[in-house]
Amino acid sequence: MITLERITKTYRMGKVEVPALQGIDLHVGEGEFVAIMGASGSGKSTLMNIIGCLDVPTSGRYLLDGTDVAKLSDDQLARIRNRKIGFVFQSFNLIPRTSALHNVEMPLVYRGGDAPAGEGSRTSRATVALGAVGLADRMHHQPTELSGGQQQRAAIARALVTDPAILLADEPTGNLDSASSLEIMRLLAALNAEQGRTIVLITHEQDIARFARRAVELRDGRIVRDEKAA
Amino acid sequence: MNLFEALRMAANGLLANRLRSSLTMLGILIGVTAVILLVAVGNGASVQINAQIQSLGANVIYVFPSNAKSTGGVSQGFGTGSTLTQSDVDAINTQSAPDVVAAIPIAQSGGQITYGNQNYFAPTTGTTTAFPQVRDYQLAEGSFFTDDDVNSRHRVVVLGQTVVQNLFGSTDPIGQTIKISRQSFRVIGVFAAKGGTGFGSQDNVVVAPITTVWAYLTGARGKVISQIVASATSAGTVTQAETEITTILLDRHGISDPTQADFQLQSQQDILNQATSIATALTLVLGAIAGISLVVGGIGIMNIMLVTVTERTREIGIRKAIGARRRDILVQFLIEAMVLSGLGGALGIAVGALLAREAPNIPAIASSSFPTPVVSPSSVLLAFFVSVAIGLFFGIYPANRAARMHPIEALRYE
Repeated sequence: MITLERITKTYRMGKVEVPALQGIDLHVGEGEFVAIMGASGSGKSTLMNIIGCLDVPTSGRYLLDGTDVAKLSDDQLARIRNRKIGFVFQSFNLIPRTSALHNVEMPLVYRGGDAPAGEGSRTSRATVALGAVGLADRMHHQPTELSGGQQQRAAIARALVTDPAILLADEPTGNLDSASSLEIMRLLAALNAEQGRTIVLITHEQDIARFARRAVELRDGRIVRDEKAA
Repeated sequence: MNLFEALRMAANGLLANRLRSSLTMLGILIGVTAVILLVAVGNGASVQINAQIQSLGANVIYVFPSNAKSTGGVSQGFGTGSTLTQSDVDAINTQSAPDVVAAIPIAQSGGQITYGNQNYFAPTTGTTTAFPQVRDYQLAEGSFFTDDDVNSRHRVVVLGQTVVQNLFGSTDPIGQTIKISRQSFRVIGVFAAKGGTGFGSQDNVVVAPITTVWAYLTGARGKVISQIVASATSAGTVTQAETEITTILLDRHGISDPTQADFQLQSQQDILNQATSIATALTLVLGAIAGISLVVGGIGIMNIMLVTVTERTREIGIRKAIGARRRDILVQFLIEAMVLSGLGGALGIAVGALLAREAPNIPAIASSSFPTPVVSPSSVLLAFFVSVAIGLFFGIYPANRAARMHPIEALRYE
């Protein structure tokens, strides 16, 4: 599903080159639930940006679902993000003043008219996705009318609506209280266990990482630990 | 992403900041209102001038004496010579000129007109019996003078409505005696009003036999014909009639080179063309001045769109993360700018048209000779498309800035 080979990323800050990733080799198979861990500055955000096709590596090869995405243009990356990746962010990132339903429909809007036939209308697909995260009764509410946990569930529905190859969750519980955190992690675990959804979770919290079945730890831009949970 | 989606997004974005959107729209609204209104006033002036000139008769041709170069090659200028004679008029009337209905001589004289204790100033026109036919005047009362009056230099006059109102008030003028330059004349007829205000009012006339004018009013200047007025059979035959008159007069004056002619022709059509081009220039100038306010409105749109793009950086980041391409973002903000300006333009057209329609009902305007504004469909269409184009033009820079944002940086924006 995801294959990273000798991925490096170097940022240039004025005249100083700052290496953020120094040769990452990582394979994530279909149906896996991986937690990428590390302290701040370990390079996990950079790695997540590259996995999420928001950024391209300085060198190395990245195969996502069979496509080499390391050398694609901005618009081609946008297309990959739209079809193959579902993002869940720390700060939910729903579009303000827009109902949960319209937020969930948004990726389908950008997908354009070439969505496979027989998949139903946007609205019905968005409704199904919202139902799957238990938010069917609040789909006409705007983000400000939803609790943090509900907003994050709407964001998960938005990530799932395009049926992506991977779900990329970047500190999904960082802005939530512990009860909502638990609720969200159970939802993600269930998506993985019941639907075989591939999930890459970025976190620095051990408690949260425990929900995953594999833990990868980064330090100074290198993988220092990669182990499967018992 | 289809147009409907794009419009829905634009509406959403604009409704989020109602006050700001309305104020920005107001800039375009005022600009378009100004364009519509000022162009309508220009058009109105043009229509008014046309109507006035048409009422003088579209088939009328004037012949002026001019440029009598025979006197030692010195050009004496337009209308200064006295090269036209009664025989010229007779020649035009009798020789073969199939497109000319009739020609009349005109001798102008100014003079104080008095009746009782009223006095008034109006030009006195000396002419012949074909005057009502050539200049298209109808008689309201009495009769026009006859050939006998002309031949015998009878002191009779026919008055225009303005003169009647100023001298007689409610008294019946027929049969009364008025004095022009202290000479007595009997009023035998009154013309029906021809209308027309402002320049060259056609109701401010006193018409007398040309022989009478020569004998009693022009004094020492003698039997001068200041112009010949001829009428063509229709507005369409004016050009042929002009040619016929030119041929006859050149022949009579013994001039072989038309550029050396000692007379000059001018048709109502020529005057109309000149007036129309002046009115068009006026409309353009007014429109251009109003256009400046449209540009200012456009800059307002650009300003607000830049603020909007910066404010919504995070939203742009989210949209890019979930798969919006550059083009999608560009189109979204462009349409937002175009809806803003297009809506402002449409409202401006409505306000402008309403003001143009109501203007004649404003007492101060109704009582003046200010032209009635005429809103032309072409100016409405133009104003609408220009306002949309302004949104496009001034929206491109902000929208492009949004489209070029890097998703990671945009997502990090607080």
